[in-house]
This record gives sequence, C-alpha cells and structure tokens, in this order.
Amino acid sequence: MPNLKELSKKPARLTGGHRMCAGCGAPMVVNWVTKALKEGDKAVIANATGCLEVSSFLYPYTAWKDSWIHSAFENAAATISGAEAAYNAMKRKGRIDETYKFIAFGGDGGTYDIGLQSLSGAMERGHDMVYVCYDNGAYMNTGIQRSSATPFGADTTTSPAGKVVPGKQQFRKDLTQIMAAHNLPYVAQTVAPVPGTKYMFDLYNKSEKAIYTKGANFLNVLTPCPRGWRIEAATELDVIKAAVETCWWPLYEVENGKYKLTYKPAEKKPITEWLKLQGRFKHLLKPGNEHLVEKIQAEVDRRWERLLELCGEKEIAKAEVAASNK
Amino acid sequence: MIKERKVNITPDMTWRELTPGGVIQDAGNAEDFKTGDWRSMRPVWNTEKCKHCLLCWVVCPDNSIKVEDGKMTGIDYDHCKGCGVCTAQCKFGALDYVPEE
Repeated sequence: MPNLKELSKKPARLTGGHRMCAGCGAPMVVNWVTKALKEGDKAVIANATGCLEVSSFLYPYTAWKDSWIHSAFENAAATISGAEAAYNAMKRKGRIDETYKFIAFGGDGGTYDIGLQSLSGAMERGHDMVYVCYDNGAYMNTGIQRSSATPFGADTTTSPAGKVVPGKQQFRKDLTQIMAAHNLPYVAQTVAPVPGTKYMFDLYNKSEKAIYTKGANFLNVLTPCPRGWRIEAATELDVIKAAVETCWWPLYEVENGKYKLTYKPAEKKPITEWLKLQGRFKHLLKPGNEHLVEKIQAEVDRRWERLLELCGEKEIAKAEVAASNK
Repeated sequence: MIKERKVNITPDMTWRELTPGGVIQDAGNAEDFKTGDWRSMRPVWNTEKCKHCLLCWVVCPDNSIKVEDGKMTGIDYDHCKGCGVCTAQCKFGALDYVPEE
C-alpha cells in the first residue's frame, strides 16, 4: 500500500485557484492520477472540452504544472496521440532528453459520446498514452444534460423526471467494456479516492499501472458531481462508496485481455442504497415507482453476474464450495 | 502576485505583447487567483486534535490542505472553497465546519 506521508512530499501537479465548483471530484481524480507520475517524469496533458477543461485553464491562468493542451470535445485522444508521435520523432532525432508521459482527460460527454471515435482510433493505433475518463454521468458543464453515461432514471435537464416520463429511459453504456474490446494492454474501472475503504488507493495504483504500462491504456473513473447529482458536496464520497458497495460501479481491471476484480464487496447492498443518496433519483423512490427500482436492480445484477463470470470469480467460488465439501 | 512570473498577462496588454499562440508560459499560475472568497462555510483546524493522518489532504479538490514533511501545517484559505469534503473525512474532530462570517 502506498505511504501517504511519502506521497505528500511529492509536489502536486495541479494547483489551487482553478475554478471548478466547490467539492468537485474531477480535481481529486487529476491529483491522484498525476501523483502516480514519477517525480522526474514530465507530462503532456490533453483535455477534452468539459468542466475540467474550461475551469482549470481560464486565460491567462493555468492550474496545471505540466504542459497542457486544450482540445475540442471530440479529439482529446487524437491530440495526445499526435503529441506522443511528435515526441517519439524528436526523441529519435536526439532533440529531447527528458521522459514525457502522455495523458488525456475527458469527461463522460467528451469520452462516451462525442470523443468516442478519436478515442477508439488512438487506442487502436497503440500510442503510449493513458486516457482518463472522469465519469460524472452527464454534461455537467453546460447544465446537466443527459449523456450515454447517465444512469437509468436520472433526472437531467434533457431527461427531466415528470408525470409521464420518469427521467432517463436508457441504461448507461458500458464504456470500460468497449475499451476492453480494443484488446489494450491495460483497461481499468475505478473511483475517486474514498478514505477508510480498501479502494482508497485504487485510483493511484491503477494510474501507476496505466501510465507505466507501455501502450494505449484506459481508465474509467467514477467522479462525484455535487451539482449534477443533487447532493451535498461534503457527502459526495459516501455516494461513491455506495456505488461500489451496491456493485453499480464495480472495480476491476483488464490486463492483456485478462479480467480481474480488484474489489469484491463482502455483502452486495441493494441499489436503493445508491439511489436514495441523490436528488436526481428522488422520484424513483416515491410510491408507485417500485417497478423502476426493480428494473434497475435487475440490470445491475445482470451486469454484475456477467462481470463475475468474466473475472473467473464464479469458478473460484465453485472451487471454494468444492473444497469445503471435501 | 505570489511570485515573479515570466509573462504577467493583464487586461490592458495589446496583442503585440502577448505570447505567440496565446500560450501561457507560467505553469501553475492559477495559484495567483484567489478562490477563497467563494466560501460560505469554513473548515477550521484544531491543531491539538489532529493526528496527521492526512485523509483531508487526500480528498481536497483545491489542494488547500498544507502539508510539510508528512504533517499537516494548516489550511490555505486563499484557495479553499469551503466544500466540506475534508471535514467529513476527519475522524478525530480536528476539522470543524463553521459558517463564514
């Protein structure tokens, strides 16, 4: 386990004074991804349009200690792959000595929806880079519009919960699986750091693996958004914890096609534990909407069971039962 | 300004004085921008109760928990936005969360 006291001596690569909302999860994620960089290594960071992009770099201020490139919504992955190609050429010609690492950050809008084509392209070309998606489940920057990462039933401004339609009508797209299907060296799903849990360093560990595994790697990080989720900022990490404990957002990694569950809750909590904490799901818990909660639970169960199968957890469980019967 | 900058871009500058391509040469100069006046609530650090577990530092989105040599030394009120995430993590009652005056 990483040592906090040692880690705190590493200089932060993101400064205060950025204009993200109070309690935003994105700078937390950036802090912990960039902490995984070795101190001597430099980074080039591309940022897809989104909250993080517009709020961390307001001309003439930048909150980034590393080189940072603004990208449009659809091409953060293309931008960083170009920078990486240029670096390789310069390195070959002896025009650059330092080690650089290439990281792209995008929100779920810029990754799941608008940037999916350039992301898929960059991943397929196999650049030595990491794409980090901080998934907060909607286009929060422009005022909480639904994205393909928005969970079923969530109340957003373009999927409002009313008398006729109870919020978003589709289940979220599973981007981590799409990236795993690219057969990359390293793909992982993780969360912002939640102190006091076994997965507090999950983001750090996975970032380190992603940054220092050669090839195009991908991280999908569930990130709290107090405004969009309709929660008190101070409670946001409890909500993240609930997402993991209900298996709504399982923590796993795929290394060269091999699935591995990185955290298995001792007891899988009912999905209402995750829904009840957030204002965007308030309508689902009203009388008469029980069938919607059941529908969500069924989908969470289905995806969780499938993941257990992929991770070989079912065989492990069978072997354990067989061993205990002997 | 906190420290000397390579190029201090000010509103009265003309385009001739700006950097080519609008590049910002001073990495991390956002720390010159104070976001502390956003606060409506304020975290207050009780030195004597603090066990220096640094969990507040882990979660602070604004890098406003000051740590030196593995120990907390204070709160950067210039940048703290008063979100309360750190106070919710403190198990020792070392961080109070009080209304801003």
